[in-house]
Parts: sequence; structure tokens; C-alpha cells
Amino acid sequence: MSSLALRARKVSARQPILLILLTLLFVLAVRQPEFYDPASLLAFLKRAAPLVILAAGQYFVIVAGDFDLSVGSLVTAEVVIAARLIDGDPSMTWPVIAIMIGFGLVVGLANGLITTLLHVPSFITTLGMYLILVGAVYTWTGGSPRGALTEQFRMLGRNSIGIVPYAVLILACVATIALLLMRSDFGKTLLATGDNPRTARLSGVPVVRARVIAFILSAVFAAVAAILLGGFGGVSFQVGAGLEFSAITAVVLGGVALGGGRGTVTAAMLGALTLEVLFTLLNVLGVSGALKSAVQGLIIIAAVAIGARRSRS
Amino acid sequence: MKLREHGVWGALGLTLIVGGILVYADGGSLFTQSSTVSLLQRAAGLGIVAIGQTLAILAGSLDLSVAYVISLTSLIAAETMDGSSGMIVPAIIAVLGVSAGIGLLNGLLITKLKINAFIATLGVGLLIKGYLEQGYAGPAGSVPTSFQRLGYDRIGPVPLSVLLMLAVAGVAWIVLNRTRFGHHLIAVGGDLDVARLSGVRTDWVLIRTHIICSVCAGIAGLYLASRLGAGAPRVGSEGGYDLESIAAVVLGGTVLAGGRGGVTGTVGGVALLAAIDGIFNQLAVDPFFKQVVRGVVIVAAVAIYAMSLRRKAPGKVATA
Repeated sequence: MSSLALRARKVSARQPILLILLTLLFVLAVRQPEFYDPASLLAFLKRAAPLVILAAGQYFVIVAGDFDLSVGSLVTAEVVIAARLIDGDPSMTWPVIAIMIGFGLVVGLANGLITTLLHVPSFITTLGMYLILVGAVYTWTGGSPRGALTEQFRMLGRNSIGIVPYAVLILACVATIALLLMRSDFGKTLLATGDNPRTARLSGVPVVRARVIAFILSAVFAAVAAILLGGFGGVSFQVGAGLEFSAITAVVLGGVALGGGRGTVTAAMLGALTLEVLFTLLNVLGVSGALKSAVQGLIIIAAVAIGARRSRS
Repeated sequence: MKLREHGVWGALGLTLIVGGILVYADGGSLFTQSSTVSLLQRAAGLGIVAIGQTLAILAGSLDLSVAYVISLTSLIAAETMDGSSGMIVPAIIAVLGVSAGIGLLNGLLITKLKINAFIATLGVGLLIKGYLEQGYAGPAGSVPTSFQRLGYDRIGPVPLSVLLMLAVAGVAWIVLNRTRFGHHLIAVGGDLDVARLSGVRTDWVLIRTHIICSVCAGIAGLYLASRLGAGAPRVGSEGGYDLESIAAVVLGGTVLAGGRGGVTGTVGGVALLAAIDGIFNQLAVDPFFKQVVRGVVIVAAVAIYAMSLRRKAPGKVATA
């Protein structure tokens, strides 16, 4: 009975975002039927993969009641670091990818430990980390990115097996991991922590460990997104700019409450997908790129206002 | 409590002494007039925004739209004036009106539609950003030389802009400490439900707070227009005024969750950031490295505040 009630609640939490997504997909089908060719659909998923991965990572942090404002700068830092370390040498590709994941781990661990053990609000911790990463990367490279990525590295972002891009396979892996994590004991711990940290702590939930792991997951997922984004485009300081707010927007759009304890990781990833579909649709409709952010602003305000109304009634 | 209110001034004194010695040992001088003046002028813009942000944070809210409000109002100011001194007053009225309107919108979204302040002000910021990107490719309008005096004149060694910031701070201090609205604001930030049950019209308090916060950003927009001589569509976001103003507020000892802190600390926080900038400039440290130090200083300061708070009230651990 209780699992049935839980399931019903889960579906209702997912419903609004599914409704928005399906509506947008329907409009796309009318205006641009070619969008549904397997090749262009896969190309869309490839483009959307980094944001969906970032949203999944941000979900862990938000559902535990925190924020991660450092992911955008982390993506930039990772790409710049990769280019400098690889410096065109193919034999360095895999070691550097390992270093990128490792760097993400360290940044996430630092965010988590400072937030939990030193009791610094995560907003401030990750804002500080954002300043530190941006400053450090500029200092290290002297103001402009150096080095180059190899073809092997870019392959992950660019190439495909058959018609399926690597990026989509990586997205599928990350999504599966995220879903399995939320079904595990860790997922329940995380939800309990975000719902009421005090109650969770008093009932013996390892609150500190759960929050630290959430930050690590967010940062490692950002490293994965950086690997894909590095493959998509050139090396610049702008790769990750603003991604933290896009990821948070996506998660909130999925109906996950800021402050923690509510919402599913599926909904968060659907939120990211919805944002990307929305941008595609705006392109198709010929809305200029400049208005993109205005529409994003309207959508997020509207979605959250509707969500707040539903939760009150 | 004491550390929270005065700690930042102690840190500022210590930074100036240590920095002064380092710079002196390096063969320079920290207090050359020209470098001090330019630092103070840069700090004034951030200070005015941060004072408004202090009120929002004290009330348990926050405002992420300020950076775009600054850009927008700098354009409104420069385009309304369009080089003529006679249009200064209408321009100021237009800027104050528009920024108050944006604050009203923020406040209404937060109180009436129950949207989280982070999302509401981020959304409004994105709306303004879209408008700016759609309408402007670069600087527009022009400011008459008489208005540029706001940005460049000084009385003795003190720039006019610093006096403007101190005046804004003074008004904010009086509002917070000497008016009923100020007490209500602190009560709302301390505990919204308790304030409501005690008869405070919490919605109205939050709306007014957001209007004040946006108007402060509008004043900063006017100031930046006078500095630049024109309106600039990206001056606010490139300056990072949204996150930096929040950083200055918490550096000054105001608690992010609301209810505790004040404008005095914020002015100290802005001054501390400016002092670090000045010392590093004089020592010719890599300008990007300053950013790293800022990040460390902000996190460390909040960690120290949190530690002292827990020592005062064991068992009452503040989360998020």
C-alpha cells in the first residue's frame, strides 16, 4: 500500500514536466517533422547530453537541501586543464580523462567538507569555489587557454558507434547510474536529509556523508559533461559559463523543490531535456537567439508558480 | 554577535597593516592618492548594490536580478539624458521608477505566487537579459559632462561616489534600526511564521524590501552610466554584481538565511574586498589570482562566523 502511494506520488511529481515536454514535442512534430528522423533525434540527444548530465548531478545536491553554483566554472576548468595537459599528445588522452574525473572528485569533496564540517552555507561554499576555479584557471594559463585536445579526446563528444553517438551512450550510462543511486539506500538517505536534516540526523541517518557524496556526484558529473563539451567545441573560457544556472533551472523545472526532500532524478533530467527541446523549438520558430534567455525566464517563473499552486492545494 | 558585526572591520585593519608593510617592503606605497581614489570609485558601485542586497538577505530573501537591473538602468539613464543636462532629472526619475517596478515584480512573484526568491529573481533577471540582448549590441545613449561629475568629482581626497554610497548606507541604517519597517524586516528574516503570527504584514514587508533592493541597483546603474559616459548592456553581468554583492554581504557578517547582520558590516565587506584588490595591484600580483584569494577569503570568513555562532549557541546548529 505504502509503496503504491509512493509510486502515485512519484508519478504526480513527474506529471507536469512530462506534460510540458510532450506539448513541446508535439509542436515540434507539427512544425518540423524531420526532427523525428532517427539521425536528427540522436543528434538532438547528443547536444542535450551535457545539460542532462549536469542536471542529474545538481539534483543530488538540491534534493539534499544544498546548491552547487560551482559546476559551470568546473566545466570550464576541466576543459582548459585537459587541453593544457594533453597538448596534442594522443598518448595522454586517457590519463588526462582520469585526471579530469579525479579533479572533479577533489572539488566535490572540498565543497562537501567545507559545507558540512565548517557549516558554511553551500551557496557561499560553491560561490567561493566558483571564484577560486575561475581565478585559478586564468592564473594558470596566463589569461588565454593553451594546448590542444586530441582527436581521441574529441571522439567522445563527436563520434558515433553506427548511428548512436558516444555522447548518447555516456548519457544513458550516467542516467542509469543516477536512477540506481536514487533507488539504493543512499537515495533514501539523501531524500531524508533534504526533507529534514535534524530529524534525519536524530534518527541515525549519516547526514554529513550523504551531503558530501551528493557534492562529489555533482562535481564528477560536471567532469563528464566537460569531456563531452570539450569534444563538441573549441577550448575557451566560455565553455561552462552560466551552466550552473541552466542546471538549477532544469532541476527546478522538473519540479524538484529548492530546499530539498522532494522530486525525482528522472524529473530533473526531463527538466533539462525540456529546456533543450524548448531551445530547439525557438530556433525552428525563428525566435532570435537573444530572446532565448527571456523565454527561459518566463518558463521557469511560470513552471514554479504552477508548482507552488499545486503543492498548496 | 560582536565578531559578526565588527569582525570584518578588524580584518580590514589587519589587512591594511599587513598589506601596507608588504607593499612598503616591496618599495611602493599603499596609500598613493590616485590608486586609493580609483579603488574607492570601483568599490562604490558594488557597495551601493550590496547595501540593497543586505536588506533583501536580512529579510530572508535574495536578489539575483540586480546585475541586469544595473545594465538596464544605465541604458535608461544614458538614453533619456542623451547628452543634455536638462534631461538629468527626468532620467533619474525614469531609472528610479523602472527599478522600483522591477523590485515590485520580484516581490509580488515571491509573496503572491510563492516562488522561491532564488528562482523568481533569476527568472526576472533572465527576462531583462533577453530584452537587453534583443535590443542592444553595444553601448548606447550618452551622458552630459555635468552628470559625469558624479563619477569623477571628489571633495578633497574623497570621491563623490563614495559619499553617495555612504549616504545610501546611512539611509539604509536608519531604515533598519530606527523605523518600524526595519524591525519588521528583521523579524520577517528571523522567522517568517512568527512574524506573521505577531501581526506583521510579511508580504508587504518583503515587497517593499525588494523595491528598495532594486532601487539601490538602479542607483548603481546611474553611477556606472556617469562613469562610462554611456549606457552599457553588459556592465552589470560582466561586473558580476549579482554574486559579488551577495559575497560582500556575507563577508560583512550578515547571515545568508536572514534575520541577523546589518549594513555596517556590508560596507566593511566591500572595503575589505577593495583593500585586497589595492594591495594586490600594488604588489603587481597576477590579477586573476586576486579572484582565487577573494574566493578563499569569503569562504573562510563565513566559516569563522559559523564557528563563533556555534560556540555561542551549542546544540543549535544552523543549517544552510
